[in-house]
Amino acid sequence: MRIRKSTVGLIVYLIVVMLPIYWMLNMSLRSNADITGFFALYPTRPTLDNYIKIFTDESWYSGYINSIIYVSMNMTMSLLVALPAAYAFSRFRFLGDKHMFFWLLTNRMAPPAVFLLPFFQLYSTFGLIDTHFAVALAHTLFNVPLAVWILEGFMSGVPREIDETAYIDGYSFPRFFITVFLPLIRAGIGVTAFFTFMFSWVELLFARTLTTTAAKPIAAVMTRTVSASGLDWGLLAAAGVLTIVPGALVIWFVRNHMAKGFALGRV
Amino acid sequence: MEKWHDNRAWFLVLPVFLMVAISAIIPLMTVVNYSVQDIFGPGQRVFVGIEWFREVLGDSRLHDALIRQLIFSGLVLLIEIPLGVAIALAMPARGWGVSVSLVLLALPLLIPWNVIGTIWIIFMRPDIGLLGVLINGLGIPFDHPTAPLDAWVTVVLMEVWHWTPLVALLAYAGLRAIPDAYFQAARIDGASAWATFRYIQLPKMRGVLVIAVLLRFMDSFLIYAEPFVLTGGGPGNSTTFLSIYLVKLAVGQFDLGPAAAFSIIYFLIVLLFSFVFYQALQRIGTGDKPGDRR
Repeated sequence: MRIRKSTVGLIVYLIVVMLPIYWMLNMSLRSNADITGFFALYPTRPTLDNYIKIFTDESWYSGYINSIIYVSMNMTMSLLVALPAAYAFSRFRFLGDKHMFFWLLTNRMAPPAVFLLPFFQLYSTFGLIDTHFAVALAHTLFNVPLAVWILEGFMSGVPREIDETAYIDGYSFPRFFITVFLPLIRAGIGVTAFFTFMFSWVELLFARTLTTTAAKPIAAVMTRTVSASGLDWGLLAAAGVLTIVPGALVIWFVRNHMAKGFALGRV
Repeated sequence: MEKWHDNRAWFLVLPVFLMVAISAIIPLMTVVNYSVQDIFGPGQRVFVGIEWFREVLGDSRLHDALIRQLIFSGLVLLIEIPLGVAIALAMPARGWGVSVSLVLLALPLLIPWNVIGTIWIIFMRPDIGLLGVLINGLGIPFDHPTAPLDAWVTVVLMEVWHWTPLVALLAYAGLRAIPDAYFQAARIDGASAWATFRYIQLPKMRGVLVIAVLLRFMDSFLIYAEPFVLTGGGPGNSTTFLSIYLVKLAVGQFDLGPAAAFSIIYFLIVLLFSFVFYQALQRIGTGDKPGDRR
């Protein structure tokens, strides 16, 4: 009986969560005059115009491509540097390890606006403005600490006897790490990939400041829907619906890993 | 299980250190530099010492924004953490329900922040928005653009809608990591559902809950885009949180010096709270001795 009550609660909650998203979907299928004109629970005169515009106008769909490029770069970079670091934190005591661990977290604590001007100057100096790499690198500021943090939790759940046995068997560190250890924490890598994807995907401030045209992210393109005649709600909603799709695919791929959970030893 | 002592582990951490240091330390130096100077233009700057810090610390509008921010983050944590844990407990452990609830939960997290604010503007409109129409239909006078309390309800509601899934996802992953043996033992002992939660699930979730509390605290304390788009900090100043005020100061009045001093104080406040949370949560409910991290 108890289980059933909590399931009902969960279903009610999920329906409530879906309401704003349903409303966005509803808006995306209506024309702008329609949206501002009257209230309708579902599109009474459904139209795909908003979606057609996004898929045919290069300045729109290139925004998606740009975002996907720098988000993927950021995900790869974050995971590549975070994996060995998380291993070090989970297995070794070394000079300043605890300070280092907390210092990494402090990089998420400063108001992002602080970084804008210095980042712009720094990346201009190296001629990186308006490249995908610049945004990917800037986003490592908040994603690398998060990746180290989550991965360290997963790694601490793996018994150290596994490392010891492998070294006794004559594995070198890189070979052990790649062929034995990484498969054991697949779940953690999946979860970390989702979180780094998510935070990089929705970030707007850095992405907008560091790009002008060639690497302009979709979230910045969307601010263009504000024009002299007001906001084009329908177009914005359609673009919003489409921003959910790539992330939903990512979580679909890592869902089984998520369900396996992660054994956090330390943190 | 003692960890191995080996300073060569630094080589594994070095890439992370370099990457983050480039992104973090240079901006930090710039900000400290600005915070002690009065800048009139390129090449025209005067060293002013701690004057900006004194000015910012005595700014009553900043005090108001700080109090609003503390209430906001406190409310958000008090609602989101228990709600997220409850959702995680209610989620199925296997079957197709897992995939469905995981994907649905993740959707609000994936919408860019400025879009969330914009969608909620329409969503809350009393004439054409679903929730606005619903509330009006119930006969409750609700007007978030002019009534401060209604604006607060709206902003908190939006924040809870947006971020509770993050807590739920983390808590769920933590729950799934608990070996079945614990639950079998609890069943044999005839433990109640509450006892199982209190003595098995909650302690085992501590690690993920530390992450969830800290992430939610930091991000809600630094929140900018969503409330700014939705209410513009108003009506009046009623939803002007710290970062909205900071941007007003830096961009609106172009006071880089005070804005930089403000940023440093802002950062220190977040750091202080995070450190306290971090230290407190390490030990809660475990009876661990201080300094024992396991």
